[in-house]
Amino acid sequence: MAEEFWRWSETSWRNPDLEGWQKGTLTAGVDIGSTSTQAVLLSDKRLVAYASIRTGANSKDSAHNAMRKVFDLTGLRQEDIAFTVGTGYGRVNVPFADKTITEITCHAKGAHYIYGSTVRTILDMGGQDCKAIHCDETGRVVSFMMNDKCAAGTGRGMEVIADLLGVPIEEIGERSLQVEKDPPPITSQCVVFAKTEVGHLMREGWTKEQVLAAYCEAMAERVARLLRQNEMVEDFAITGGIAKNIGVVKRIERLMHVKALQSDYDSQIAGALGGAVLGYDLLQRRKKRARKTE
Amino acid sequence: MLCHYGYEDGSGFYYIRIDTDKCCTCAEKPCVQACPAGLFAVCLDDYDEEVVEIREEARNRLKERCTVCKNRENAGQSPRCVQACPFDALQHTW
Repeated sequence: MAEEFWRWSETSWRNPDLEGWQKGTLTAGVDIGSTSTQAVLLSDKRLVAYASIRTGANSKDSAHNAMRKVFDLTGLRQEDIAFTVGTGYGRVNVPFADKTITEITCHAKGAHYIYGSTVRTILDMGGQDCKAIHCDETGRVVSFMMNDKCAAGTGRGMEVIADLLGVPIEEIGERSLQVEKDPPPITSQCVVFAKTEVGHLMREGWTKEQVLAAYCEAMAERVARLLRQNEMVEDFAITGGIAKNIGVVKRIERLMHVKALQSDYDSQIAGALGGAVLGYDLLQRRKKRARKTE
Repeated sequence: MLCHYGYEDGSGFYYIRIDTDKCCTCAEKPCVQACPAGLFAVCLDDYDEEVVEIREEARNRLKERCTVCKNRENAGQSPRCVQACPFDALQHTW
């Protein structure tokens, strides 16, 4: 079989600090994106485990598979979960969800959880869309602007270039920085035309590193426009798969004159994590209301 | 919340901005009726407020769907949705 350079690796994680832990109220978030699906499990808002997998042709199966990974890691079952939130583009396809919430609200909440209350601007660069979100100190959305009309400025665009150049997708960021001077960015907005342009540049004798630099720069410029149109307030954080591409991140930082916050968490889990946090908050509110009416 | 529905493509930025903090105070939602292309729908947002949104199928086609009102704009009148909104909650970016 031909090598597939676009194939990014799936991840899963279990909190090592939770050996012999006491179960609290368990809430889960499942984020079905166009390209990846994540499941996150929280116990009293403490991160227990997460899994991030590729969304297959069937979103329902992806939701089940991601959740199963989390259950395998923790020895828990669906019956143990008090509340599950479905989010993302395929949120209606989470059969076991108690509620669906848009990914914009979830991403803001998830970034607030990961990066703390100082985060104000979140750039979510997903598989097939890109969102600029401005939130307040509680993680509530103040404004958002998204673009899912075309693949430029998204993970899918990067996958196409990875395959075209035969560079593993995880190496693109580093290699795009291995140029003495940044070349002019790719001029085509559309990924299909960008492919043609890349072919042309290769024939002209550009190195792969130069082409990658030009593509990362074009992507950074595109999302920078989105950020400027919405509102750019520090602190700034990037979530989604492209946050792992240092070549794009560094160029966005340079264009916007900001530094993106760093985290040990997988940047792709923000949506599902936000869903699980919102699920917990909702459950608490319901309990409070029930106590009041008693 | 300022919701921007729309897109950017090679030809420009096409977004309709809805200020939901203003929109949720409006009981009538006259924009829904006023829009000749039927772009608006009433929904309950994630914070349980009744607001209008741009229908999903139209979000990536605003440039074409808003043509009627863009012709009005050329004649010096604002788009019908903007004109109908009593709370100044709607705006076009193009």
